[in-house]
Amino acid sequence: MKKFLKKAVEKTIEGVLFLSSTITTVTVVLIVFFLFREGKSLFQSSPLEEGFVLAINKENAVVDLSSNQIKNIFDQNITNWSELGGKDEPIFLFRLDDIGNYYTDEELGENLEFFPQKTNELIDKSAGIIAFFPKKSIDSNFSGKILAIENVNLYKFFSEKEWFPTAQPVAQLGVLSLILGTLWVSFGAILIALPLGLATAIYMAEIASKRVRNILKPLIELLAGIPSVVYGFFGLIVIVPQIQSLFGLPVGETALAGSIILGIMALPTIVTISEDALRTTPKEMKEASLALGANKWQTIHRVVIPFAGSGITAAAILGIGRAIGETMAVLMVTGNAAIIPHTFLEPVRTIPATIAAELGEAPQGGLHFKALFALACILFIMTIIVNLTVEYISSKRKNKTSH
Amino acid sequence: MNFSKSNVRKKELKQWMAFQVFRALSILVVVILILILSFITYHGISVISWEFLTSMPEDGMSKGGVFPAIIGTLCLVAGSMIFAVPIGILSAIYINEYTKASFFKRFIKLMTNNLAGIPSIVFGLFGMTLFVKTLGFGDSILAGSLTLGLLTLPVVIRTTEEALKSVENSFRHGSYALGATKLQTIRRVVLPMAFPNIITGVILSIGRVSGETAPILFTVAAYFLPKLPTGISDQVMALPYHLYVISTSGTNIEESRPMAYGTALVLIGIVLIVNIAANALRKYFSKKVKMN
Repeated sequence: MKKFLKKAVEKTIEGVLFLSSTITTVTVVLIVFFLFREGKSLFQSSPLEEGFVLAINKENAVVDLSSNQIKNIFDQNITNWSELGGKDEPIFLFRLDDIGNYYTDEELGENLEFFPQKTNELIDKSAGIIAFFPKKSIDSNFSGKILAIENVNLYKFFSEKEWFPTAQPVAQLGVLSLILGTLWVSFGAILIALPLGLATAIYMAEIASKRVRNILKPLIELLAGIPSVVYGFFGLIVIVPQIQSLFGLPVGETALAGSIILGIMALPTIVTISEDALRTTPKEMKEASLALGANKWQTIHRVVIPFAGSGITAAAILGIGRAIGETMAVLMVTGNAAIIPHTFLEPVRTIPATIAAELGEAPQGGLHFKALFALACILFIMTIIVNLTVEYISSKRKNKTSH
Repeated sequence: MNFSKSNVRKKELKQWMAFQVFRALSILVVVILILILSFITYHGISVISWEFLTSMPEDGMSKGGVFPAIIGTLCLVAGSMIFAVPIGILSAIYINEYTKASFFKRFIKLMTNNLAGIPSIVFGLFGMTLFVKTLGFGDSILAGSLTLGLLTLPVVIRTTEEALKSVENSFRHGSYALGATKLQTIRRVVLPMAFPNIITGVILSIGRVSGETAPILFTVAAYFLPKLPTGISDQVMALPYHLYVISTSGTNIEESRPMAYGTALVLIGIVLIVNIAANALRKYFSKKVKMN
């Protein structure tokens, strides 16, 4: 009996241990589920502001417009229907607030109860009108034509350049500038971090005495421990003004500032992983090289670095991965302008910074909210690709070192 | 091969130059670190006082102290550790002691690594949808702690795994030979030996949790809340978010600058203490193990 009990206890504990070990998997699955459920629903929604419609005169031949076209109409970049395949008729913009220009308060009634009727009248008599007004104000005898607005689609989401999710009447949801901004800043960061980090790793692994290494190692750990807001704060106060005065820019919040800060933040990752990789070089290989008359530098240069090559690649990729996902520091120093950067001296906006800056203002369940989740999905996929690549490289490495 | 003197000298010169470059770049890295630390210390040290640490923020956060943010951060650290440490350690024990090299083990490891690579802002979104909305915890210490706990879980698992791995198999075999069961071996032999390294890992993850901002943005952090939490369903201020707020979007950025330096210094202080403690522990225990 006692033996049985003991066995039962052991089995139960093993079960608990097993359950604990699955929690990371469960979390990843849950993250995927929640992120993609919300993000996917973006592609079933209309970019038009919720509860509103766009209406045109019934004679108008135009049936549907893309969100970009609508934006251009309301920005008055397109001023004639002929540009959209309609008749040669100047476009007449009508927004909700404009009603006062055409009708007096008396005509509209005390509580605007005649608004639907008057709007209908206006649409009916102006051939070139495009009217933007609430759905609930559609008159019962509505005689205009409601424009069909196509839903947000994946292709447009990735190819459009403009990110302005709160734009009226249609949200502009192009993530291209955000993706490019993220990559731009991250690659800049790696350009700074890789030479520095690799040099430090080589110095620590091969050149420095044990005493020096024992001093350097905790310092690198400390660098890794500094919170990202502190980096952001430092960047904001020291690096941003420096860049501004050095290059004579109107604002110092630029991609360069982001890259410098992210570069510093990626250093510990790169140093630690490449140092580990360099250290796995078998002693026999190094000794063989030295025995052939090569000096220490030649050995490092020709034997150690090539041997650790894939590990160093993994370090660089992981460094990029860290930089891609970094939020707070970037948010504080890059200026957050959603434009495609052409030089490092322009403000950029990254995906994580966009999510952090905008989620607080996006009403839950709305288009903007869903769009931010779609952004998070992109971010998630990017980092998973990074992780799997690193995993692949290091598994190949393991095979190599075990021979 | 040419063994002429000039060639040897050229070789040595190249080596000397390369080493100098590496040394200089390494020194540059250290200089960057020292620059950041000393800049913040220099500006922040005059702000730090007992009053700064123990009073409420006042006057649009441009005066007063950071007491509620310190307490908030402590709550979040404690909450996330209560969640992540036991689960992380149990998980690592299972992975290292129970599973053999198999597909399952590799899969779990892959997932743990993936979880570690997910950006913190994604954890924030996830925490918001799962804990705040779906489970209905609202913006609360509970939601924030769980989010931070999940974020730090891979760190705890990995360090514990490393710690368990460093216990030599001969100890396990010795224990089995004495008739101990697997569980007894783990509890009496493996865990005590791995304990120092596990603790070091946990301490380091405390440092990380206390500085995270993105995951708490939408799960717990309050912009301005000059009172202390009374339960786990309260919102709190937190040091990193507080620093973000007063350095970018406070009501008066210039005037609250000293407060920002002070807050940054407190954060750096926490990280320093955590790192020093971890290193001291590591040293202390490694000496002890050697003596045995």
